Amino acid sequence: MARPLTMFEKIWAAHEVHRDEDGQSLLYVDRHFIHDGSRTPYKQLADRGLAVRRPDLTFATPDHYVPTTSRNFADVDGEDRKDMVASLTRNTQASGVTEFGLGDARHGIVHVMGPEQGLSLPGMLILCGDSHTSTHGALGALAFGIGASEVAHVLATQTLWQRKPKTMRVLIEGELGAGVSGKDVVLALIAQIGVNGATGHAIEYAGSTMETLSVEGRLTICNMSIEAGARAGMVAPDQATFAYLKDKPHAPKGKAWEEAVARWRDLPTDPGAIFDREVFLDASAIEPMMTWGNRPSEALPVTAAIPDVAMVEDPAQRRVLQAALDYMGLKPGMRLAEVPVDYVFIGSCTNGRIEDFRAAAEILKGRRVAPGVTAIAVPGSGLVRLQAEAEGLDRIFIAAGFEWRYSGCSMCLAVNGDMVPPGKRSASTSNRNFVGRQGPEARTHLVSPATAAATAIAGRFADHRALGV
Amino acid sequence: MAKFETLVATAAPLDQRDVNTDAVIPGRFLRRKREDGFGECLFRDLRFHADGTENENFVLNQPAFREAKVIVANENFGCGSSRESAVFALYDYGIRCIIAPSFGDIFHNNCFKNGLLPIVLPETEVSELRAQAGTMQGTPFAIDLQAQTVTGVDGVARRFEIDPFRKRLLLAGVDEIDFTLGHMDKIAAFEAAR
Repeated sequence: MARPLTMFEKIWAAHEVHRDEDGQSLLYVDRHFIHDGSRTPYKQLADRGLAVRRPDLTFATPDHYVPTTSRNFADVDGEDRKDMVASLTRNTQASGVTEFGLGDARHGIVHVMGPEQGLSLPGMLILCGDSHTSTHGALGALAFGIGASEVAHVLATQTLWQRKPKTMRVLIEGELGAGVSGKDVVLALIAQIGVNGATGHAIEYAGSTMETLSVEGRLTICNMSIEAGARAGMVAPDQATFAYLKDKPHAPKGKAWEEAVARWRDLPTDPGAIFDREVFLDASAIEPMMTWGNRPSEALPVTAAIPDVAMVEDPAQRRVLQAALDYMGLKPGMRLAEVPVDYVFIGSCTNGRIEDFRAAAEILKGRRVAPGVTAIAVPGSGLVRLQAEAEGLDRIFIAAGFEWRYSGCSMCLAVNGDMVPPGKRSASTSNRNFVGRQGPEARTHLVSPATAAATAIAGRFADHRALGV
Repeated sequence: MAKFETLVATAAPLDQRDVNTDAVIPGRFLRRKREDGFGECLFRDLRFHADGTENENFVLNQPAFREAKVIVANENFGCGSSRESAVFALYDYGIRCIIAPSFGDIFHNNCFKNGLLPIVLPETEVSELRAQAGTMQGTPFAIDLQAQTVTGVDGVARRFEIDPFRKRLLLAGVDEIDFTLGHMDKIAAFEAAR
């Protein structure tokens, strides 16, 4: 009998065009997403006189530099940002690549758009010049982020050289408590294994918790795999995956759909397959989480207090934690739920999907954002925004005092002009709490959408479960 | 692409773990054009105060390390964002080699596309080298890619492991796209067989 294989190994093997004598694999890319940070790779192609090899497998949307206050190109902030956005349109048109531009309802953050359009499918190798490409692995794909030179390489050849990473299974078992989301799970995981806990590994998330989690919750968890250093994050496709993908615009239709599902059923890891590492997480013990430091691993339950970092033994760790406390303006022993906030941001490729806005709206319904708090909701795509509006969620957000914006990366990395001012504190549903991430000297705390909503109402970090929703 | 064969240069110690690529180059500089250079953006918010004056405490601003071409870093250097501008910034500033116990995966890959050599050594050896760089300021390190050795101030040649494929391309200065264009028949056959 053949050796049992992991899902990762199956997908890897199916995409290996060639293996170099020195052990690197040339992998074939099924789907390549590009965004408005693609000017440099396109220039690399132009300088060599090369064309895009497979424009039909390449899809574009400008997400990083676009305004979220309107859909007008004229509102793109400044000439240099305008050039980033305009060059994507110019380059995709010249190369025959489909672009979901600013005025298109299908516009969105690339990692929201791909799954939503059915462009990301089980068994695929999916690449994008963005570290959060691991998101797409939630559908049973191998997906990871690449640099600009690699984007140019994929555009020119539809392939990428890679050395096979190790595999890690994260087994998550047990029932999640009421109101505990995928975001809380992944923050708890990173707190447990650290920001380089999965470096050099492709993670497969498995176990009863993952099986019952929504596809959107899985997308959130896979999204933040990179925050534990992982090359990729993936979840075996199952009935929930197929139900999510069926009838999506680019998903196979009719007989082709049935055939595809039959193939996808062979993807999950074989019983007895061996992973290089196994990690276990008890889902029933996870509470709503938030970060307090400048690495995603500095996460604690919202109900906890800041730890005494002086007790940390490793001097390199202690220095990082002390610097984080200073930057964040916090002291050991402070209760997180007493820390006041200035900004609340709900959106991003981590938490910009319809389920996220539903969860937040449930908390916000009939309530008001605390005085002095600036709260913005940025749907992950035009279609998420339309769906939310069809469900009346926009009216709940607006009545509560949120700004209801248009799709884009926005305040997650603050390169479009949406920024948290210096010294201000933000509760953000995004993925990175790095120094300066949301603007110079901005203080970012990562939370789930429900926690962000409860925090907006309280004006300080809050346990949304106490609101009795 | 620029070759990397040998290097003899000052090494600067950067004893901070988990230095992310947002710290190497903040997001507000990512819309620069490649041809405009990224050197002045390197570690911008660590090298400079908000008012634009230099932070004299940052290692690259100290007189002994202004000419450094090597950084001896700590665990997980270059984690986070895939921004290749982090490598552009290091390279344009003049850095040609980074030594660390581990790197962020995407950053590590990006280095090789730009002639920047990332060297992985065990934590204890990196600590020794970092200490040597700090105490014997300005005494050069020697790096030999063909021999896979780093020689610190103590004269001890420490051997490092490196992906043989990456080594081959870096030694020859082979551009990866050009290299792959030599495999287009295989790619076409793979596409035809699907």
